[in-house]
Amino acid sequence: MIELGITLTLLLCGLVVGSLIERRHYESIREREFLTRRTPLVSHEQIADPMLVQEAALVVGNVVIGMDYFKWFAGWVRSVFGGRVTAYETLVDRARREAVLRMKDAAKGFDIIVNTRIESCSIGGGTGQRAGIPSIEVFAYGTALKYAPQESSQILQ
Amino acid sequence: MILTNIETIPGKQIIEHYGLVTGSTVRSKHVGRDIVASFKNIFGGELRGYTELLNESRQEAIDRMIAQAQSMGANAIVNVRFSTSSIAAGAAELYVYGTAVLVS
Repeated sequence: MIELGITLTLLLCGLVVGSLIERRHYESIREREFLTRRTPLVSHEQIADPMLVQEAALVVGNVVIGMDYFKWFAGWVRSVFGGRVTAYETLVDRARREAVLRMKDAAKGFDIIVNTRIESCSIGGGTGQRAGIPSIEVFAYGTALKYAPQESSQILQ
Repeated sequence: MILTNIETIPGKQIIEHYGLVTGSTVRSKHVGRDIVASFKNIFGGELRGYTELLNESRQEAIDRMIAQAQSMGANAIVNVRFSTSSIAAGAAELYVYGTAVLVS
C-alpha cells in the first residue's frame, strides 16, 4: 500500500514538475532559436567561396536530458501496445534542438556552420539491479566558417 | 591546431597528409553524480553533471588526438568524426578520429 502511494506520488511529481520543466525549456528553445536565426546551419560541406574564408573551426554542443518518472511510465505502458510514443518524442526533440543551440552558441562570431552532424546516445537505464530511468545525450558538431570582410560592392557583383 | 569536420581547411592549401589520428577515453560517472541524477530523473530536465562529464571527456579525447597529430608534425586535422558508445551501464567510450594534415 505504501509502495503504491510512493509510486503514485512520484508519477504525480513527474507529471506536474516534468511538464512544467518541459514547457519552460521549449519556451527558452524557441526564444534562442529566434535570436540565432541569422547563423545559417547546413548539413552539406560545399562552401560558396572557399578562398574567401578567413577562419575555420570545429564547434561542438552537447546536452544530457533525463526522462521524468511520468514519461518513463507512459513509455512503459506504450510498449505494451506498441505505436507512437509521444512522451519520448518531445524529449528527443528538446535534446536535439538544445544541442544545436549550444553549438551555435560556440560559433559566435562565425558566419556559417557547415557539415553539421548530430548524434544521439542513450545513457543510463541499465538492466537488473541497476535499472534506472534512461537519459539521452545529443551531441552536435560542425565546422564554423568566418568569411573575410568585403566591400558591399564586391558582394553585389 | 585547426580542426574541421570537412575534407579541407577552407582558404588553406593541404601540403601533406599524415594519416589517421585518433583519441579515445572511457569514462564512468561517479556515485555522487549518479545519486543527484537519479533524483533529478523523477522530474526530468537537463542532467548538468552528465553534460559536463561528457563534455570534459570528449575534450580529453580531442586533446589526445591533437597530441598525436602534433607528434607527427601536423598543424591541422580534417574530417574529424565523433563516436559515442556506452560500454556498460554507467560507462561510456568517447572516440574521436580524423586525418592529420599539414596546411600552408
